[in-house]
Formats: sequence, structure tokens, C-alpha cells
Amino acid sequence: MFRYIVRRLLQMVLTFFGATFVVFALMFANQDDPLQALAGERPITESQRQALTERYHLDEPFIAQYWHYMKGMLTGDFGQSLTGRQIGDMLEAAWPVTFRLALLAAVIAAVIAIVAGVASAIRRGGTFDNVTLVFTLILLSMPIVVIAPLAQLLFGIQLGWFPPTSGADPSMWALLLPALVLASSVFATQLRVTRTSVAENLRADYVRTAKAKGLAFRRVISVHVLRNSLIPVITLIGVDLGNLMAGAIVTEGVFNIPGVGFNLARGIRTEDGPLVVGFVSALVIIFLIVNLLVDLLYAALDPRIRYE
Amino acid sequence: MSDLNSVTAAEAPDQMSMQPRPRRGKQDKPRSLAGDAWNDLRKSKIFWVAIVLVVVVLLMAAWPTLFTSADPRDCALSRKFAGPSGGAIFGYDFQGCDVYAKTIYGARNSIIVGMVSTAIAGVIGMVVGLSAGFFGGSVDAVLSRFIDIMLAIPFLLAGIVLSSRLSADPNDDGLIAVILTLGLLTWTTGARVMRSAVISSKNQDYVAAGRMLGAGPGRLMLRHILPNSIAAFIVVLTILLGVNIGVEATLSFLGVGLKGDAISWGIAISEATGTARVAAAPLVWPATFLGLTVLAFIMLGDAIRDAFDPKLR
Repeated sequence: MFRYIVRRLLQMVLTFFGATFVVFALMFANQDDPLQALAGERPITESQRQALTERYHLDEPFIAQYWHYMKGMLTGDFGQSLTGRQIGDMLEAAWPVTFRLALLAAVIAAVIAIVAGVASAIRRGGTFDNVTLVFTLILLSMPIVVIAPLAQLLFGIQLGWFPPTSGADPSMWALLLPALVLASSVFATQLRVTRTSVAENLRADYVRTAKAKGLAFRRVISVHVLRNSLIPVITLIGVDLGNLMAGAIVTEGVFNIPGVGFNLARGIRTEDGPLVVGFVSALVIIFLIVNLLVDLLYAALDPRIRYE
Repeated sequence: MSDLNSVTAAEAPDQMSMQPRPRRGKQDKPRSLAGDAWNDLRKSKIFWVAIVLVVVVLLMAAWPTLFTSADPRDCALSRKFAGPSGGAIFGYDFQGCDVYAKTIYGARNSIIVGMVSTAIAGVIGMVVGLSAGFFGGSVDAVLSRFIDIMLAIPFLLAGIVLSSRLSADPNDDGLIAVILTLGLLTWTTGARVMRSAVISSKNQDYVAAGRMLGAGPGRLMLRHILPNSIAAFIVVLTILLGVNIGVEATLSFLGVGLKGDAISWGIAISEATGTARVAAAPLVWPATFLGLTVLAFIMLGDAIRDAFDPKLR
């Protein structure tokens, strides 16, 4: 396990610098005047120009700029938005809402995916299985820009089951519909992976042994099969986090939830370059760290991974 | 001669009676993998539904006047949120534009963005995947690490940054920027699939035979390995086409995709979301068309993969 952790951490260092470098290069690449690009269409005053030049060290070579940028990231200094607020403070104010929303969505998605996935794997080829396959195919292909506004229109406005928008400091109830929308973007893959992996494990020798010992079917499924089948589902959590982030930008915008995605969407709309840069960098770093943790968890759960 | 006759005679009654024929007859001539897959595809309902949807959307993109004679840019504020009338079967949006005409004309940008960006991603993915798989060693190590790094960045975040940087000019409609963004960021999955397909087929006997006959690396790659590793790659590209259309709409929705007076489903959804309480049609129709288009391409890819992958049967 120790060797695995060391190897994985070394890989992480490479990926970390590579990914942040690519993001950094994307932000400042292909620009005659990166300052004007940061400020968007609005005119830029001489003092702002000076402040931004100093902030991004634009008078220094590219590698040095990247170095300063990374140093800021690692010490939690994300700079100032064009409106003058500290981006670190904005992140701090925004993340609890997004965290609650994402957690709610992740739990809903996992519960539906595992229950339905096991059910359709047990009766593979049955009606429930076929319906689930078609349904997940449809959900997999619906972009969240389709689901979020339509769900708001149908369940929030026309049927009135849920509050259509949630203001500052939303309750769990107000977050439920957005969380369902967000969950719909990730649960289809989880369900399919659960289904395949349970169906595969049902044919394994240890299941036959368990059945031969006279164990109840329920126990075979819940203790023997599930434990082995959920390992690949767990790796999906890391990948899904990226989808949740992407989904949150649209969902929070549509439902007016003042989280990270909402601020990012507003930053894009008001062409607040430094804000977008800061938020995107923070999200990329969170994504990398969660993926590392999930990989380590995966190795802890499945010894086969460690000895590859 | 008598032998042949007896066989024909034995088979004849079988054909006359409507009983299901044994499969033996079909297997008389060898079938290729593609032929096998086509046989499967023809029976798949999902495949035909997808084909019909794709053809309709392509027609909409190529000849929108087949579907509507109205001009999507003919807007009048006096008709703001007016109900359906005449040719405008979906009513009018907040600027008084014909929702039906705008939705039909929206297909063109989606299809252009989807196809060109997927083609770019396909070319990059094929070159990277082929070279990584074929040359192996340090080439493979460098390219694979680079793919890992690209995959470690959440795609939409990178897309937002790159797309907004590429079209900083406010008068630009953003089409080139979106196409480049999607093309440059989405080739990774295809490259991975290509790489593993090449690795599994490069040690086959026919490649060794080709090499012994003096074929150079270029010929080996393009004439021998590529045709035998391309099936899975094409499936990935078909699905990617659908996904990219969805991402274009998402970027346009957020304001960093198509912009200005470009007609796009994403922009239409974004404009109509705030006013959905007053008028639902300007939101519902672009969203439905977008959803169905993405669904069509993903279903098509799914059906082709099922047909080509015997393990899933």
C-alpha cells in the first residue's frame, strides 16, 4: 500500500503541475493584450492596468508568471475580482451552499443508481432492465441546459411542487429540485456500471458457494455481491465530481442558488476575467485532490489495484 | 449431379412451408465483422429511431426552408410573447421573433459546430492514438501522460476559459472559437480508444507479414492497422458528435459560446429561462429539439457499439 501511495502521489504531482499549467496557458494564450481580455469589453483605466499587471506579473517571462500564479493558489491567495472583492472571500462565502447541493445530489444519485442497478442486474433482460436501459440512455444524453430549465418550468412553475428559485441561504427543501436535476446528470452512468458489475459478480464462483451454503438470496446480494460490485462505482465518484461542477454552473444559474457555480456564471456574464480565472483554478485543484483521494480509497478497498 | 439435385429437393419443401429455417443456410458464406454488425443493426429499433431523427435534423440544418418559410430574424416587439398564429405554430418570443422559425434555423449552427469540432477532435485523436500505440516506448509515455493531464481538467471549465479567450472580439459570433474549443479539448477519449485498439492489433500476424514484405511504418499504420482498429473509434466519434452539440449549447447558454445575433438553441434557452413564467414555448421548443438531437447521435453511437461489440450481446 505504501508503495502504491508514493507512486500515486508522484503521478499526482506531475498531473497537478501539468493541469494547472494547461489552464494557465489557456487563460493567457493567444492574446495581444491579456489585460483587455481579462477586463472584457469595458474600458480599462491606467491604474487598473497597473494593478492587473502587478497582480499577474505580466512584465515578467511566462514561466515566472506561472510560478507566481501557483504560489498564490497554494497559499490561498486567489486575487481580486474586477469589482474589488477578494476572490478567496467570495469562494468561502459560496462553497457551503454548493457543497450541500452537490452532497444532496450525490446521495440521491447513488441511492437510485444502486437500488435500480441491482434490481435490473438480477433480472437481466427483463422489462425493468430494458426500461431502465432506455431511460438511462435518454438521461445520459440530455445536456443539463435542457433538464434544468425544463424541470424548473414543469415542477417549479406549472405544477408548483417545489420552489422555482431559491434565494440567499436556501433550505434543504429549496435545494431538492436542483439536486434532483444535478443527480440526473450523474446517476445514469452509476446505474449502468452497478448493473454490469453486479451481473458479472452474480456469475462468480463465490456467489455459487454462498448459495450452496444455503444463504438467503437477500444476504448473498447485500453482503457478498454488493461489496464487490460497488468498488468500480466508487471510482466513478471522482469522475462524477467534474460532471457535478459543470452541472452546478448551469443549475445554480437557473435556480438562483448563490453558490460557486452561480458566481462563476455571473463572472462569465459580466466578463470579470480575474474572477473566472480564480474560480476555475480553485475548482480544478479541488477536482484533482478529490480524484487523488478516490484513487487511494479504491486501492484501500481493492487489494488487486495495489499490486498492479 | 444427382447429389446436387437431392440437396435442392431436400431444401425445397423447407422453403415452401413457412416454418423458420435453420440458421445453417445463412452461414454458408462467410460474413465479415461489419456484415455481422449490419445484420444486428438492421434489427435494432433504437438504430432506426436514431437514423430518422438524425436525417430530420440534417435536413433542418441543410435546407431550413423545407420546414418554414418564415424569417427567423424578422422580429417585431409588437408581437412580444404573442401566441401561435399562422406559420408561427409555437408563438413568439420576448423580442417578437417566430419561435418555430428560430428553432428550425438553430439546427444549422449546432450541426456545424458538432461536425467540424468532432472532425478536428477525430483527426487529433487519430494521429495521437495511432502514434502512441504504434511507436510505443517513450512516444507512448509522453503522449499518454499528456492525455492524462488533459483528462484531469474538468472539460467544461477548460471550455469556458478557452472559448472566452478565443473570441474576445465582441463583434465575433463565436462560431470559430466554439469549434476550436471543442475540437482542441475533446480528442482525448478517441485517442485512448485508438491507442488501445492499435496496441491490440499491431502484434497480429498480418502486420508481421506486411512488415516482412517491406512495408514502411506509414503504410503499415494506414493500410493495415488503421482499418482494423477504427470501429471503436468511429463509435466514440458518433457519441462525441452528440455530446459536443450539447456542450456548444451549454457554452452558448453561459455566454461564452455562440453570441451576438447568432441563432443557437443554447442562446434561445438562456434568453427564455428568465421569462418562462410568462411564456413557456420559447423555452420548451429549443430545449426539446436540442435534447432530441443530442439523443439521436448518442443513440446511434450506442446502437453501433452494441452491434460491433459481441461481448455485450
